[in-house]
Amino acid sequence: MQRIAHRALAIATSAVLVTALAACGSDEGGPAGGNVPGVTDTEILVGTHMPLTGPASAGYSKIAPATKAYFDHVNANGGVHGRKINYKIMDDGYNPATTQQVVRELVLQDKVFAILNGLGTPPHSGVLDFLNNSKVPDLFVASGSRAWNAPTRYPYTFGFNTDYTVEGKILATYIKSNLAGQKVCFFGQGDDFGEDSLAGVEQVLGASTVAVKKTYVTSNTNVAPQLGELKAGGCQVVVLATVPGFTSLAIGTAARLGFKPTWLVSGVGGDYPTLAAQLGENKGLLEGMLGVNYLPSAAASDDQWTALFRKINDERNGGAAFDGNIVYGMAVGYLFVQALLAAGKNLTRQGLIDAIERGGFKGPGLAPLRFSKENHSGYGGMRMIKVEQGKQDYFGPTYETDSAGGPVNEYPEAPPAPPANGIPTS
Amino acid sequence: MTTSQLRARLSMPGPMRYANPLIRSTLLRHLLFAVVAGAGLFALTGALGPFRNYQLATVAAYLCATAGLTVLTGLNGQLSLGHGALMATGAYTVALTQNALADTGRVSGGYLLLSLALGVLVTVVAGTVIGAAAARLRGPYLAGVTLAVAVVVPALTTTFRGVFNSEQGLSVYLAPAPESLGLYFPYERWQAWIAIIGALLTLLLLGNLIHSRFGRHLRAVRDDEVAARLAGIHVGRTQVLAFVVSAGCAGLGGGLLAVLAQSVSPGAFSLTLSLYLLMAIVIGGLGSLAGALWGALLLVALPALTSTITDLADPSAAVAQRLDGNLSLAIFGVTLIVVVIAAPGGVQGLLRRVGRFVGARWRVPTGR
Repeated sequence: MQRIAHRALAIATSAVLVTALAACGSDEGGPAGGNVPGVTDTEILVGTHMPLTGPASAGYSKIAPATKAYFDHVNANGGVHGRKINYKIMDDGYNPATTQQVVRELVLQDKVFAILNGLGTPPHSGVLDFLNNSKVPDLFVASGSRAWNAPTRYPYTFGFNTDYTVEGKILATYIKSNLAGQKVCFFGQGDDFGEDSLAGVEQVLGASTVAVKKTYVTSNTNVAPQLGELKAGGCQVVVLATVPGFTSLAIGTAARLGFKPTWLVSGVGGDYPTLAAQLGENKGLLEGMLGVNYLPSAAASDDQWTALFRKINDERNGGAAFDGNIVYGMAVGYLFVQALLAAGKNLTRQGLIDAIERGGFKGPGLAPLRFSKENHSGYGGMRMIKVEQGKQDYFGPTYETDSAGGPVNEYPEAPPAPPANGIPTS
Repeated sequence: MTTSQLRARLSMPGPMRYANPLIRSTLLRHLLFAVVAGAGLFALTGALGPFRNYQLATVAAYLCATAGLTVLTGLNGQLSLGHGALMATGAYTVALTQNALADTGRVSGGYLLLSLALGVLVTVVAGTVIGAAAARLRGPYLAGVTLAVAVVVPALTTTFRGVFNSEQGLSVYLAPAPESLGLYFPYERWQAWIAIIGALLTLLLLGNLIHSRFGRHLRAVRDDEVAARLAGIHVGRTQVLAFVVSAGCAGLGGGLLAVLAQSVSPGAFSLTLSLYLLMAIVIGGLGSLAGALWGALLLVALPALTSTITDLADPSAAVAQRLDGNLSLAIFGVTLIVVVIAAPGGVQGLLRRVGRFVGARWRVPTGR
């Protein structure tokens, strides 16, 4: 009996001891004295989450490596304020649950300075609160959801893409003046992406004019029922708010059903080389496909920005097949370097946020970047783009508008020429 | 106590090992174990960094589900491919309840308890329905029904978009850690505490349950239904109860996952998760709660290990892209095959064998 009492006493004592030990354990996290996570005198550690595998990886898996290649180019030329950029890419397979894990690993374990260009509306929505509660700069999200533009609620988050409502308005403006009288329908992703896009289309055309509206989810790759309904509805023009895998799926499935409307595709799902690679020998189906974009065309041979990015791609990215995703990834890298330069030599998280809010960045984009204290959305406009004879190129003017009820205006200013070495100076 | 006395006592079955009637009581013994484990883990959360705490919390959340599944599959012999969906039921209930509470201004941390309880309750109801159907089915047919559950539940979220917000999922409102813990208390440690308490409670209840008469019924039904029936055990009722208990545990695990991620989405509870859970308990060691712990550890450690391996190997960008998402599944599969061939008792069975081997060695020189 006594022995038991002794043993119980011993256990209790050790339990109390370990508990006490824990209580005096390190409770850091207070205001650190000038120690910025991820930043040393020689390095800036930045992370991202991307679908390198899974249903949305088609095309998108090339974005982060392209950004990394651009950083390698900058690093080889001395870095930013003497610091080299180390870009850590994590695969989340477009699955919000995995995004949770990898972003926490980046922030809590690797202690990155910022998250750059995290991709996808559903995956990124899940980490929005976490990043802002942890006060981690959440820069240039790769998605046009309007959710990223909420400076009071999410002060650390900034968008990059032209938002989907602006995009919808510009696509609808084209329909209004060029395809008037035709039956307009809509096929979009069943989340903010599809909803915001449809809202833009309906703002310009009127809600009753979109005859058939259908949605899909990325976990179900059978879209035949929806396209069957679009066909049965007699649609002549279909606006697609789809990721690349589902653009090619929709166009391919429609062709199988003998349904050939005029397609108007969202910028995030309308890159010709990506779609052509997926459709293979059926890439002829893409002929005449309309779309919108706001970055230099990958096919333009006379564009100086395209030439610059192509050169860096050949030198630093193993000469990966050059397409809109590479241009996109490098444009993100360019903007991030601009932001770092604007933040100055004494890099802090708040300093970076303040620098971006001061705005005034000019780069490869055709439309203006709208960053300010009140506005955290990215590009504010787009230009129509069309596939002709296997080549996707721009036509007509660049348009600019807001995501509310504002008018759609032409934006006359052309992007500046790139710096000679491809690295921004201020 | 001399060694021979000790040896004699160790060879006694179960609780008779312990002389003291207090320790002989299963409940008290388990309670003591839980308190000691709790204190140890509490100390551990203080020593670990935020990300390790987050991982620890994830292990604890998975442990609730794997422990429940162990009772169902390991002890009662019913196969379930739908436990991921039951976790989703718990997670979505917690998300909806938390958000509804926050909408009415009830935001203090105490309400989380209510949400988690409701999550378990709703999952128990779902488990009763599925369990009632499952009790009439055997082998592949049972697997088929639970497989259907695993497929249907995530699909419901896209069908009823207004409530569940489709694939984008819901964010979960959570109160910050109590102010009394200090201004800079790491939120992940707070989450770890919540999850660990949940897991310890689950283990405590299940531990007692499987040592009770009901536990013996479970095993009797698993081993021979006819014999069990002859012994006066109501086979159907036992099976339904096993399913209900197991579902409740999965519901708690799912609810805790929702608390950890602060968001729920169907992607988090896909069919793959159900398969992972089953693989985890088989690798961990079917039929003991310790096996469930190994399984839960593996569920968190393997994907992390995979990305480390990919990093170390430093393959070309194209190869890395192919490997990253798929490698963890492949490694899990290979591990499963190796374990089933080399150590049919799983990790826990292997450890027990090693323990017995070492014990036998140790006995030789000291034996008289």
